[in-house]
Amino acid sequence: MNTTMERRHFLKIGALAGGGLVVSSYFDLGGLAADEAVGAAANATLNGHVRIATDGTVTILAQNPEIGQGVKTMLPMLIAEELDVSWDQVTVEQADLNTDLYAAQFAGGSRATPTHFMPQRQVGASARHVLLGAAAQRWGVDREELTTEAGVVHHRASGRSAGYGELVDEAATLPAPDPETIPLKDASDFTIIGTDKGNVDIDAIVTGEPLFGIDFTLPGMLYAVYQKCPVYGGGVVRANLDEVRAAPGVQDAFVIEGGDDLQGLLSGVAIVGDNWWLVNQARENVLQVEWDEGATASQSSAGFDADARALLERDAPGMPLRSDGDFAGSWSTAEHRVEADYDYPFLAHAPLEPQNCTALFDNGRLELWAPTQTPARGRGMAAEVLGIAEEDITLHLERMGGGFGRRLYNDFLVETAAIAERLEGTPVKLLWTREDDTRHDMYRPGGWHRLQGGVNADGELQAWRNHFVSFGEGDRFASSAGLGDDEFPAGCVPHMEMGASLMPFGIPTGALRAPGSNALAFVYQSFLDELADEAGVDPLRFRLDLLAAAGPETEQDPVRMSRVLEEVGEMSGWANRGNLPRGRGMGIAFHFSHMGYVAEVVEVTVAQDGALSVDRVWAAVDVGRHIINPLNAENNAQGGVLEGLSHALGQAITFENGRAVEGNFDTFPLLRMSQTPGTVAVRFVETDHPPSGLGEPTLPPVLPALCNAIFDATGYRIRSLPVSKHDLSWA
Amino acid sequence: MPPVTFTLNGASTTVDAPADMPLLWVLRDLLDLKGTKYGCGVSECGACTVHLNGRPTRSCQVRVETIDGDDVTTIEGLSPDGQHPLQDAWRELDVPQCGYCQAGQLMTAAALLERVPNPTDEQIDQLMDTNLCRCGTYIRIREGIKQAAARMATTDGAGSAEEGA
Repeated sequence: MNTTMERRHFLKIGALAGGGLVVSSYFDLGGLAADEAVGAAANATLNGHVRIATDGTVTILAQNPEIGQGVKTMLPMLIAEELDVSWDQVTVEQADLNTDLYAAQFAGGSRATPTHFMPQRQVGASARHVLLGAAAQRWGVDREELTTEAGVVHHRASGRSAGYGELVDEAATLPAPDPETIPLKDASDFTIIGTDKGNVDIDAIVTGEPLFGIDFTLPGMLYAVYQKCPVYGGGVVRANLDEVRAAPGVQDAFVIEGGDDLQGLLSGVAIVGDNWWLVNQARENVLQVEWDEGATASQSSAGFDADARALLERDAPGMPLRSDGDFAGSWSTAEHRVEADYDYPFLAHAPLEPQNCTALFDNGRLELWAPTQTPARGRGMAAEVLGIAEEDITLHLERMGGGFGRRLYNDFLVETAAIAERLEGTPVKLLWTREDDTRHDMYRPGGWHRLQGGVNADGELQAWRNHFVSFGEGDRFASSAGLGDDEFPAGCVPHMEMGASLMPFGIPTGALRAPGSNALAFVYQSFLDELADEAGVDPLRFRLDLLAAAGPETEQDPVRMSRVLEEVGEMSGWANRGNLPRGRGMGIAFHFSHMGYVAEVVEVTVAQDGALSVDRVWAAVDVGRHIINPLNAENNAQGGVLEGLSHALGQAITFENGRAVEGNFDTFPLLRMSQTPGTVAVRFVETDHPPSGLGEPTLPPVLPALCNAIFDATGYRIRSLPVSKHDLSWA
Repeated sequence: MPPVTFTLNGASTTVDAPADMPLLWVLRDLLDLKGTKYGCGVSECGACTVHLNGRPTRSCQVRVETIDGDDVTTIEGLSPDGQHPLQDAWRELDVPQCGYCQAGQLMTAAALLERVPNPTDEQIDQLMDTNLCRCGTYIRIREGIKQAAARMATTDGAGSAEEGA
């Protein structure tokens, strides 16, 4: 994913048909000079970032995909702030995919805020600039004498004022300024950034209006299901298509050959008709497929586990990642030593809206209505599958019933495109079942770690060794199965060895919210707790001391992390946790990911019979300044915490014979309300750093904080997830 | 199968559908009411919750042939103007994240408040446990139910002393 922030952008000012102003920025993606990007500029006048009508109505295009992270509200707030309109004047529209205009038009990696905070503001400020120019021209005054407030330009000296709508036609004729030279507001003048703004789609959500990809329909639209081989990468040998075609409600059934990219179009049988339920009945009750299951059919979770444990017993990892100081020497002389194995399972994303997409292929052109987090990538994949140019594809972004990384992948989109190609001229919606969704995911990979840690007599961590058994080929980690050589506590421990051993496999893996971190935080921050306990040092103190030992080469800022640790200690009353009776406990953990600094404390009660209750969670979060929409930020942060609990408490995907066993929420449980803590208190520690994203960083720390709390309550250490497989009873 | 006639959001409605077609898909794909959502198809997630004769019911489990003469309310009919106290509370507290589960949450919560006008935290947890929220908005859902309960108690003129409880 391209996260380069230093791209130059240009502004285009144009007139709306029938009156009005359109302002857009466009980027020199691909290194085009400004005067070469003529097509992009023309495109900008038709689409744009902001449109102002002659009646003063302001329409702001929300450029990024909305998966529930709140970006459809948040990015327009940035434009509205600098445009200096009141939020009530603004109507937000979802933009289509438009890579000429919209840089980084994806949802992933907590990137929207850091990428767009300045450029979106510059668009708003530039639009205001030309409106000021129009007023100055009309009144024969200097631009500097003018002020704005809530969509009105004022010339205080003469008492004149004009609403933006009165100025748009003149503004549309003015030359476009360089957006990067327009001064932005001082933060003390913000009226929108930093204020609570409700979800722009709230009315549609609470009244049940059609809103999501699954809800979108077209006249004459057919519905499709797509049956793939239950074993990843397997293909159709033959299927009883004639019988399927004769089933009630079925109009056609056909085989799609597919390729061998596990994230792309795979072999399967498509069944289409005008009633999705009937089509799916035909799939479940009539369709019979002979599969070539392929090599992955011999793979299983039990096999992975046995192989991983054998690799851990080897002396040296197959792939060294880092070596600092003299681990062996330090370990052998350490005052306190702990050695422990940790592991965690594969996970599915399980967004509540199953994968779906709608498409119309007609006359060599493809139109998609796609709930995807990566629309540009999806368009490229569809172009390749259909053998058409990207310019011949229009992609409309649909609001998504959750993303969590699942919709970074466009397998469902290319399946829909391939089906639409066969139905040329007829629109079609592909809808997966819940079981399709659970059994054909890009899974968070499982992993195994053997950790050794040595602490000196002063309670300082001196030696650290991690042998990580993961998945991949040669020296290449599989997607989201990696470990960076700078992962904390690298740089804070003088004697360190890290290495990995990789197992080849055929299971598709991918990014689940806070990829990498959602597993590593559990392992590392639990093991730090073990070391603190062994050394007899308070777990919060131990962590602060470790951060204080950070050298100049650490990936994270130890000062920012220490601050959130201290804050969460204060919030949670950590100093008094020794007063808790047996069966109650508090655990602490921190983790840096996606530019965010988060420390969390979890409080639990474990009954003598082992029943676990997560009572309270506290989170201190430093994602810089500003928290653009605090109302949504708190919700998102709480969501990250609850998702982490959901992962930890009961989730695991198990493979047998190369296929996922779990299919629905009865076997892959999501957190329910009765398991939800009474409070999840979130404190944003605003520091003088540019604002960064919030989608991911609150998730990772809660898993180890939970497990550390269980240890505090019971003395039982969880080294293997999920928690539900452990007997927590105590006497 | 002969057509089935039932009351849908206050209006008599007749559908011609396969007898065993679930009410969920009848609503969504035959009657074009998209508010009721598909999440699991096996009564695990509650996204498809409607009121069937006043009771919160998973519409994915209701065969359409069984509802002849029954009364069905969906999210589209929860209130005439979208101003049910729960809908207002959802707006004020900005409860949703992705929003996909929220129609089901609102329908379950509305039935809960019919049955228990002033629920305790434990009653809310117990009666809302049928509905999954993948984004994790449970804390605001709890708060929304309590806020709506307080409003309804005040509006009803009964139990105003318990406002805010």
